[in-house]
Amino acid sequence: MPPVLEARQVAKLFAKDNHRIVALESCDLVVKEGTFVALLGRSGCGKSTLLNLFAGLSRPSSGQILLRGAALSGPCPGVGYLTQSDTLMPWRKLHRNIELPLELRGVERAERKRRSDQLIEMVGLKGHEGHYPRELSGGMRRRASLARMLISDPGLLLLDEPFGALDAQLRAEMQAELLRLWQGSGRSVVFVTHDIEEALVLGDRVVVLGERGQVRLDVAVPLERPRDLDDIRVDPDFVNMHRQLNRALKGGRDDVIPAT
Amino acid sequence: MTSFLQHEPSRAIGAPLQITEALSWRQRHGQKVLIFAARLGVLAAAIIGWQLMAGHLISLLFVSKPTLVWHQLVVWADAGTLWSNSWITIKEILLGYVLGAAAGVLVGFGLSSLRALSSVLDPFIMALYAVPKVALAPLFIVWFGIGLQMKVILAATTVFFLVFINTAAGIKQVDTGLIDAVRLMGGSRAQLIRKVILPASMSGVLTGLRVAIPYALIGAVIGELVASNKGLGYLINDSASTLNTAGVFAALVTLTVIAAILNALVNILGRWTDRWRPADDEH
Repeated sequence: MPPVLEARQVAKLFAKDNHRIVALESCDLVVKEGTFVALLGRSGCGKSTLLNLFAGLSRPSSGQILLRGAALSGPCPGVGYLTQSDTLMPWRKLHRNIELPLELRGVERAERKRRSDQLIEMVGLKGHEGHYPRELSGGMRRRASLARMLISDPGLLLLDEPFGALDAQLRAEMQAELLRLWQGSGRSVVFVTHDIEEALVLGDRVVVLGERGQVRLDVAVPLERPRDLDDIRVDPDFVNMHRQLNRALKGGRDDVIPAT
Repeated sequence: MTSFLQHEPSRAIGAPLQITEALSWRQRHGQKVLIFAARLGVLAAAIIGWQLMAGHLISLLFVSKPTLVWHQLVVWADAGTLWSNSWITIKEILLGYVLGAAAGVLVGFGLSSLRALSSVLDPFIMALYAVPKVALAPLFIVWFGIGLQMKVILAATTVFFLVFINTAAGIKQVDTGLIDAVRLMGGSRAQLIRKVILPASMSGVLTGLRVAIPYALIGAVIGELVASNKGLGYLINDSASTLNTAGVFAALVTLTVIAAILNALVNILGRWTDRWRPADDEH
């Protein structure tokens, strides 16, 4: 079975005036079906650019992106993408925002309602169906975005620092919620973050990206699930990995250790 | 203070807590009533001051006086002059507005979808926009005569540019994140336009529609002032030429009333379109 997602020698350049800015130089990455991969990198390392490429929103300048073995040519409904910023339509009430993907696909109103009710319940927004996004808090808008992404039941989730703007408690809750949704679902997840702890709590595997998206370190996380941040913080494996990842982030060039 | 927490229904984490306050009629409306009363006071003071000063401090020829203006209004109303001329002006405003607004919205959307063409035409459009529309009136007389048509076109030209420019700006400001979101959901180009670009640019379109309303009135009245034999602008000109200052003021008062009604419509439109916008003065 081909991997769910594969980047081969991907480079991305942006034109600015008469010169070009290199966002990604040569990125190689393989995501196996059903795994949770955390992409760790400092701001400006091309994480979001890479995710945009994976989502099919933009095309690589050179190299190839393969989705389940086939070259990717544009956005694909089987891929869910949660961006850093909220993209809920401000003129739509919560439930109509969540139903939008189904609406675009021509699903009937009753069926849409049934599915969105289910998801709204799941992400804990029951009772807020009739609110406009501006009437919701940041955390609730994140949940709504999550629900909107999940309503089309994508097999691959791309998450770009989805909880970056939330406070620590809410973030921990959302992480737990995400893991609950992922575990046993067979879905694959690519989770971009700049937070080492977040990467270690969530990922099966952590990939550290260097300045222009080259893979600096690629390690499996041996910690057992479910992981509670308060418990694993003192785990010697966690401490070791934390140190290793921190060094890689700072620019130390560890050898690439293949994931097992 | 746990009283309101006990009644709290199951609330999502991080959700705002809403408490319904029992406000008295006075708390709820007191301020509004006070302001309204003060406004009436200012208006009354101005009219009384005008009445007292006119004929004593300043010549009646220059400022007339409220009782004379009222008398003139009554005479015109009895003769039917007031209604027939007001109706002409209102017709010009409405026709000019609808024509100009429709053209502005259509051209705004049309040009925005043809990016290359719009970047070529942009400087020309801005130059035309900057031309005072009054300066076009003589030309329009040559083209369309001095009838209703000329005023409608003059009003429509002004309205067109305001609506067009605001529509184009509204489309330009559509959040690319929202467009990408729909692309990710597999939306087609038609869906993109219908579900994102139209509603997202609506605030720009409506801003244009709102600011253009008084300009429709300005365009129509200026057209009448330049050349006409009907309408409130004609009444102003005609009264002034016979040194009937009361007549000038009577026509101005009528225009002011029409403008106030149009403004009230604008406000209602604004409140309706801003439903989903963040309100910064929420109680």
